[in-house]
Amino acid sequence: MKLSSSDDRAFDIRTVTGEDLPAVAALDERISGIAKPDYWQDVFERYGGRRKGRYFLLAEDANKKLLGYIMGEVRAWEFDSPPCGWIFGINVDSEGRQTGVGTALYQAICDGFRKYGVHTVRTTVSHKNELVMSFFRSQGMMASHYIQLETELES
Amino acid sequence: MRLQKATRCALYAVLELASDPKRQLSANEIAEKYDISTNHLAKVLRSLGREGLVEAVRGAGGGYRFSGNAKRTTLLDVIRLFETVETVSSGEREPGDDTPEGLALTQVIEEVEAIERATFHSITLDTMMKLVGRHRK
Ligand SMILES: CC(C)(COP(=O)(O)OP(=O)(O)OC[C@H]1O[C@@H](n2cnc3c(N)ncnc32)[C@H](O)[C@@H]1OP(=O)(O)O)[C@@H](O)C(=O)NCCC(=O)NCCS
Repeated sequence: MKLSSSDDRAFDIRTVTGEDLPAVAALDERISGIAKPDYWQDVFERYGGRRKGRYFLLAEDANKKLLGYIMGEVRAWEFDSPPCGWIFGINVDSEGRQTGVGTALYQAICDGFRKYGVHTVRTTVSHKNELVMSFFRSQGMMASHYIQLETELES
Repeated sequence: MRLQKATRCALYAVLELASDPKRQLSANEIAEKYDISTNHLAKVLRSLGREGLVEAVRGAGGGYRFSGNAKRTTLLDVIRLFETVETVSSGEREPGDDTPEGLALTQVIEEVEAIERATFHSITLDTMMKLVGRHRK
């Protein structure tokens, strides 16, 4: 299913299917350097296909070559937060960057969130990852009043 | 945190000029809009010129034009030209720094600084202009 396309764009955006999974996992491995087959299987089972409020989308070129993907879902009432869209992963193949693929994926998932009726979108990003941080900023994202905290667990 | 006067002038000037790179404006015109001193701004514009962010246009109706890359220049790039973004660990040693209390205090301050730095470093002039646009509405 085509979620969005435009005539002047050299790629399409659609929902990830089981057949796309190896290419998605390989793209992640190329970028992160870590193979995570179990993780991708789990993500697909939970977010693949067309599930309400859950989105696992990809961008591909005219030859069906994978250019990038984005994942997210609508989450509600965690720490008293009203329903909001959550993006928890985005990757664009290094060869296809800076041509608008990331923006198109972001807009497609936001369209999904909007259709679902939520008006806020959130993500979490390492402040050491300046590329991803600049990307989300360029989409208009600002720091929220939520802040992530963590600690090392004592054994 | 408060930015120094020169830094604020510089940011106003680059944002004003970058909003329309074809347009040239005199120091006077920019100074008037932001209610800042023309003398001060002229100095700041010369510094920005040395960095290639703006260029002086000679001749009648001369002024300044934006000549940088708004998509790749971050707020931190501009701020650093006018003030040292000093971190607690790069600054002078203070009495008590090596005590457990001093180390804990440094850790907390470093947390604040890391967020400050990441914020200034991830907002480009282009992103900033979009934000300005939202305040215009
Ligand atoms: C961040 C990322 C998704 C951007 O994808 P993209 O397809 O290149 O993005 P776009 O072409 O739509 O760019 C949108 C904006 O992002 C910003 N941006 C993108 N690449 C940038 C770069 N190298 N430097 C600075 N800003 C950049 C720009 O503001 C850009 O706007 P512009 O096109 O008007 O210049 C991509 O670089 C990526 O996948 N990076 C690695 C992701 C990662 O580390 N994932 C793991 C954690 S989730």
